[in-house]
Amino acid sequence: MHIMVNGKEVELSQSVSIRQLIVSQEVATPEYVTVQLNEEFVSAAELDGTLLNDGDVVEFLYFMGGGQAKS
Amino acid sequence: MKFSDGQLERYSRQIILKEVGVKGQEKFLKAKVLIIGTGGLGAPAAMYLAAAGVGTVGLVDCDKVELSNLQRQIIHSTGDVGKPKVVSGQETIWDLNPEVEVVTYQEWVSAANIADIVKDRNYDFIIDATDNFPAKFLINDACVLMSRPFSHAGIIRFQGQTMTYVPGQGPCYRCVFVTPPPPDAVPTCRQAGVLGVMGGIIGTIQAAEALKYILGTGELLTGRLLTFDASTMNFRQITLARRATCQVCGDCPTISELIDHEQAVCGQK
Ligand SMILES: [Zn+2]
Repeated sequence: MHIMVNGKEVELSQSVSIRQLIVSQEVATPEYVTVQLNEEFVSAAELDGTLLNDGDVVEFLYFMGGGQAKS
Repeated sequence: MKFSDGQLERYSRQIILKEVGVKGQEKFLKAKVLIIGTGGLGAPAAMYLAAAGVGTVGLVDCDKVELSNLQRQIIHSTGDVGKPKVVSGQETIWDLNPEVEVVTYQEWVSAANIADIVKDRNYDFIIDATDNFPAKFLINDACVLMSRPFSHAGIIRFQGQTMTYVPGQGPCYRCVFVTPPPPDAVPTCRQAGVLGVMGGIIGTIQAAEALKYILGTGELLTGRLLTFDASTMNFRQITLARRATCQVCGDCPTISELIDHEQAVCGQK
């Protein structure tokens, strides 16, 4: 099955949970990533229980600071 | 409004745009934009808004210019090192366009002062050009509670992202990111670095959003997160839904007054 992750096609041999995808995709700072599945937010509590299906669209959204240089 | 010959010449390249015209130029001259942070993002945003003739530009920043800022904060020059950033920014803007009223606030935004700063000139649009998450959440919450539109942006390394909040039109920053990460949990530009042009690219997009909002033209980045990766030159847009459980703009909001998440004090590094 194929899913889209941040605009790139990813092939999965079997359905996995979003949590497993976070691990296999080596998502940076996984505790602080925002996850969208098919344009809906997935809460942290739902990451283990949400299984991915063929054609799903996943977006990992990351915190970005930047701008003015204050510590 | 009667334009002087100098104004007609200065703004001629945008007055000929059908989306601007003399009506749009009048809107720019009457508009008031508050820029919070005069660093990598705020520098180009402030300069382009001033160049376009935005009548009042507010600059909020407590910092002084440092040598390490100059790689990306192009509103400041070598001779400005040691000067308050808001003063350096004001001087650059007045060199560029003496008609702009530049209001300076040499302080960090906090729950105690942000509403007063926004109300000071009754700013029409706010640009979040800060680098830290407590400030970003504070600006978001203040704008939601005060019903003000704002542009959010962040940059790091070769990456940047930006979205626009307009009251009643789509999600806020907290819908997407919920709560600030603990200090040092996610990398900052100070630790991870940033390509100087990222502020130019993303900060200029923020200025474009402000100008479009003032004109009431085009499609804003409401309900969309625009991400940009300079290493591949890929721009992407991610459609964002409002989060019904959002603490500030959701169906049962729990944030009804502003809170400081962990805020630096002026002068403290
Ligand atoms: Zn919200």
